[in-house]
Amino acid sequence: MQTEINLRVDGTDRQVTVDTRTTLLDALRERLANTSPKKGCDHGQCGACTVLLNGRRVLSCLVLAVTAGGKDVVTANGLAPDGELHPVQQAFLDNDAFQCGYCTPGQVCSAVGALDEFRRGWPSHHGDTELTRAEVAERMSGNLCRCGAYTNIVTAVQQAARA
Amino acid sequence: MRAFDYQVPADALAAMRAVAGNDSAVFLAGGTNLVDHLKLGLTHPDLVVDITGVTSDEVVERDGGLWIGAAVRNSDLAADPRVCERYPMLSEALLSGASGQLRNMATAGGNPLQRTRCGYFQDNTTPCNKRRPGSGCAAVGGHARYQGILGTSEHCVATHPSDMAVALSALDAVVHVLGPDGERTIPFTELHRLPGDEPSRDTVLHHGDLITAIELPDTPIARRSRYRKVRDRASYAFALVSVAAAVDVTDGVVRDVRIALGGVAHKPWRAYLAEEALRGQAAIEDNFREAAAAELVDARAVDGMDGGNAFKIPLVTRTVVSVLRGLTQENQ
Amino acid sequence: MNAVGQDMVRRDGPAKVTGTATYAYEAEVDNAAYCHLILSTIARGQVTDVDVSAALALPGVLTVLTPGNVEKLAPTDDAELAVLQDGEVAYRGQIVGAVVAETSEIARHAAELVHFTYHVDEHDSIFTTDRDDLYRPKAINPGLEPDTSIGNVGEAVRSAHLTVAETYSTPMVHHSPMEPHATTALWQDDSLVLWESTQSVHSVRTDIAGLFSLDAEAVRVICPYVGGGFGAKGSPHGNVVIAVMAARALPGRPIRLALTRQQMFAIVGYRTPTIQETTVAADRDGRFTALAMAAYGQTSRIKEFVEQTAAPTRMMYAAPNRATSHRIAALDVAVPTYMRAPGECPGMFGPEVAVDELADALGIDPIELRVRNEPEVDPETGKPFSSRNLIACLREGAERFGWADRVAGARDGDWLIGTGVAASVFPAFTLRTTANIRFDHNRYTVELGAADLGTGAWTVLTQIAADALGVPVEQVDVRIGDSAYPFASVAGGSSGTATWGSAILTAADTFRDKYGDDPADGDEAENTFIGTGFEGGPYATYAFGAQFAEVRVHADTGEIRVPRLLGVFAAGRIINPRTARSQFVGGMTMGLSMALHEHSVLDPRFGHVINHDLAEYHIASCSDATDVAAHWIEEDDPHVNRLGAKGIGEIGIVGTAAAIVNAAHHATGIRVRHLPLTLDKLLAGLP
Ligand SMILES: Cc1cc2nc3c(=O)[nH]c(=O)nc-3n(C[C@H](O)[C@H](O)[C@H](O)COP(=O)(O)OP(=O)(O)OC[C@H]3O[C@@H](n4cnc5c(N)ncnc54)[C@H](O)[C@@H]3O)c2cc1C
Ligand code: SF4
Ligand code: FES
Ligand code: FES
Repeated sequence: MQTEINLRVDGTDRQVTVDTRTTLLDALRERLANTSPKKGCDHGQCGACTVLLNGRRVLSCLVLAVTAGGKDVVTANGLAPDGELHPVQQAFLDNDAFQCGYCTPGQVCSAVGALDEFRRGWPSHHGDTELTRAEVAERMSGNLCRCGAYTNIVTAVQQAARA
Repeated sequence: MRAFDYQVPADALAAMRAVAGNDSAVFLAGGTNLVDHLKLGLTHPDLVVDITGVTSDEVVERDGGLWIGAAVRNSDLAADPRVCERYPMLSEALLSGASGQLRNMATAGGNPLQRTRCGYFQDNTTPCNKRRPGSGCAAVGGHARYQGILGTSEHCVATHPSDMAVALSALDAVVHVLGPDGERTIPFTELHRLPGDEPSRDTVLHHGDLITAIELPDTPIARRSRYRKVRDRASYAFALVSVAAAVDVTDGVVRDVRIALGGVAHKPWRAYLAEEALRGQAAIEDNFREAAAAELVDARAVDGMDGGNAFKIPLVTRTVVSVLRGLTQENQ
Repeated sequence: MNAVGQDMVRRDGPAKVTGTATYAYEAEVDNAAYCHLILSTIARGQVTDVDVSAALALPGVLTVLTPGNVEKLAPTDDAELAVLQDGEVAYRGQIVGAVVAETSEIARHAAELVHFTYHVDEHDSIFTTDRDDLYRPKAINPGLEPDTSIGNVGEAVRSAHLTVAETYSTPMVHHSPMEPHATTALWQDDSLVLWESTQSVHSVRTDIAGLFSLDAEAVRVICPYVGGGFGAKGSPHGNVVIAVMAARALPGRPIRLALTRQQMFAIVGYRTPTIQETTVAADRDGRFTALAMAAYGQTSRIKEFVEQTAAPTRMMYAAPNRATSHRIAALDVAVPTYMRAPGECPGMFGPEVAVDELADALGIDPIELRVRNEPEVDPETGKPFSSRNLIACLREGAERFGWADRVAGARDGDWLIGTGVAASVFPAFTLRTTANIRFDHNRYTVELGAADLGTGAWTVLTQIAADALGVPVEQVDVRIGDSAYPFASVAGGSSGTATWGSAILTAADTFRDKYGDDPADGDEAENTFIGTGFEGGPYATYAFGAQFAEVRVHADTGEIRVPRLLGVFAAGRIINPRTARSQFVGGMTMGLSMALHEHSVLDPRFGHVINHDLAEYHIASCSDATDVAAHWIEEDDPHVNRLGAKGIGEIGIVGTAAAIVNAAHHATGIRVRHLPLTLDKLLAGLP
């Protein structure tokens, strides 16, 4: 079943025809040629596909695109309008918080979402009230990195939190 | 995944009718389990009915307790100050589950209805009585690490994966359901089934039954409660074993106690036997251990080529003791 | 000013943090079609019939590839690549078909509709050491002798003061790069373009050209970015052959093919499970009198790959009596392959735990015990080491880690605390590579078919080229990841930077010889660096390291955490400390992951891995590895190669698991000899 939906992607209104089965991730990658969000598992198990949907971090591989009609989607690319890096992106660059880069756009979106959640006072499983290393790590644990950049990711997110 | 129609109903009644009237229709809430299963080919609906807009997405006060709309996202529920203060075990259970992104998507109605993570269930090419009744249970003698030890049957030894549900079970929550015959309530502890000879059914719900809300009764004991999850990875992993507990100790004696276990059974396991063994007893470690043992008298390990899951039996005891020790030490 | 040694930020960094770096599946093409693989659901037998009618009837399906209907490939001795050439099924999860359709949703749906009928044969996928069909391979990876023996181990053990003779094991594990293997393939005007996620564009080109009987010039392989490989993308697997078949079936139509995560556990290789019968005998002073390992592994019935598990036992420590052997079982299972530090990674687990056991039994500090057994020369070949700074790594690590303060029985609340150490090693070698340098508009363009898997090649090769040419990095453009550039060796064996860098030095010499310091626009030079090959030269060339772990074990539940991991390495010249640190730390983090989590559960009843996704196959999460630190010893090794660089990509994963297991023993008194180290193995021994 084909349906037409409107999405606001990285600040631009886009109209796209999708199959009801199409995930938001595939709509972005295969229909709109926005390959910033990555597909690492397609089942919610890695975080590579993380985008901000109406401001919240979600896994776009588990969102059916039809349910996102009319919503606002921000990918890592959209966080850097005109090439000006977002503080989280700059912190990732400064701290070499990635290697192959495949998990990175998802990590970046997740960090932006996580810092926002922290500022709103949302608790975490770890339970520190400050962004200690363990606290950041828990909040970022939904994003796997096989290159093992975690140590630097934690440092980068701490840096971005101070920015 | 075959093609399906997608519908956004106007209200809960329309949603319920859309699904109840079509054997091949399903509800879609946060989608974190349903979309996963669509891709795995575990469910093949003709119609997907989006219910995120038809039930409440708010937590409201009622009769001294809280009513949680089925559409409340797990992260909002975990962060709700009333939940954190009055039912900390629920907030902790939610926060120990999945990841930040998934909790932003998952709903209060969908979470308890997620299905087992048994690897054979999720792999269409292997025998599984839950997925294909009568095909056998491949988990026995196979990958048994995450399987159950309580209430299993020869037909299925799977565990229920939800953390939230363990807390809801300990809290005597009540599920509000809208079905073809109208509204009804189900005690949360009776929502999920044991596998018996019909493992394909996870819950007592019928096709078309829509969870509209979950009610938390006023439960003073829960103000000092805890959810402890033991898992293989430090985060973003399902429980090997988990314990939700609340305890009221006065003068060194357990006046009241709530214990529920996760990772051990086809349903969140309310440990009534352990609770009973503890009530009126001195709040000391030996009694905690005996209470756990009382609950585990009928525990049975599953053999597996991965070494099986016999370790879960001592692990439950140790975790229960650990949690109760922690709670009672704080109590004093 | 030298660029080499500078802390230069990754050149590809901005593209990666914004997600604009394009990986294989994301190649910019118009009107792509989508291909979905179908894998066998039996472990051995034949496909006797395929019913494609329902799939073909689905609107949007373009073609279905099956064993009956694909083009004949040229004969190959790599059975993994001979896909769909007949109906034989040699392992569960082997490719038996593929669907191409207008959208990925349709392709996937149609794949479910293709119906296979099989003749099923009995299969055998059980790996044990008591099989009677274990055999001695002719050679082990990468061409080494399977067995070695010096002196008499048995006799030495009989007269030893103390002997540790134990069996250790490491489970089957999967590389699991975050980017699943992917291809975009376009067949047009009798030529083929492949955007492929690979560690070697040239080997993909050679293999594909050979299989399809094409001129190498007719095949171009492009791969600017790779989302991790770790060996799984070291040589092509069946998926790329299917992508090419699909592209040739639909000329002019770009085909996109990505594996699902589940398929990643079936057809792109894994590390064999290993069983390591390890013997370390010592005299009263802790001097080793014998060292031996009998190693066992598995391979696939259709293709042999033998992990060189006992190789590091041959060179790590001095001992007059020594022996190693490799025996393997050829099973109805998928084909294993090299994975980050093949040989050394699994093969340093048993011995480094055994040394710790011996230290414990002798009452000698485990660092001191290693120092006492430092060899003068490579104990089996007699070659001198080009440089060997293991002791310096151990000492420096001990200092930084606070080793002297370790106390047995430490406890912090509910957590039992222990520390552990283990040594690391990885061979250094170089391969053949050609580089081309061109001058234009006051800029130098350096081209070679190298690959950046996250290793930093884009950046470090720029630094090397800038120094080689004596110009600032701003004046240099390095171009890699395209078979249109000169031949470069695989990004593997930790040989990339040293090899490609040496080729750039060689080409720069040629360029300067030809054109001097003031070249004209269009001046261009190319040269080839030959490399040492796996055999090496007159020296034994290895990087060494020492790993230190702090482990906490929950006294009630047995949960295991590694709050601190520290490595010190001696790996020759470090070209870029920033990217080098990430390589070391990344390897150590993967080692931590191996220690605590990784285990592909192959169910022999079915023949495939049951926990074949990232929720059930755990790799370390951010919370598992919050403090992993790497340092290095300045090492000036004039013998290893002109750059003085040894490899750094793999050594970080070597020894980590042993250090963690040793620390867990220190914390609990419980010795775990079989990975992964999970709480069920500790519960019974906890207080
Ligand atoms: C990688 C991963 C890790 C995870 N880890 C954890 C974990 O550690 N702990 C944990 O508890 N969970 C975990 N989860 C599971 C997650 O919490 C559940 O998938 C989620 O809570 C389901 O909620 P949902 O709203 O997304 O449900 P959906 O996927 O939308 O629906 C699930 C099922 O419930 C039905 N349904 C939904 N809402 C209603 C309703 N109101 N009435 C009737 N039927 C309804 C749907 O039809 C469907 O059958 C994990 C998931 C993933 C993918
Ligand atoms: S345990 Fe249950 S879900 Fe798992 S294979 Fe057996 S029947 Fe299926
Ligand atoms: S691709 Fe969505 S979580 Fe992995
Ligand atoms: S940078 Fe490679 S997976 Fe994270």
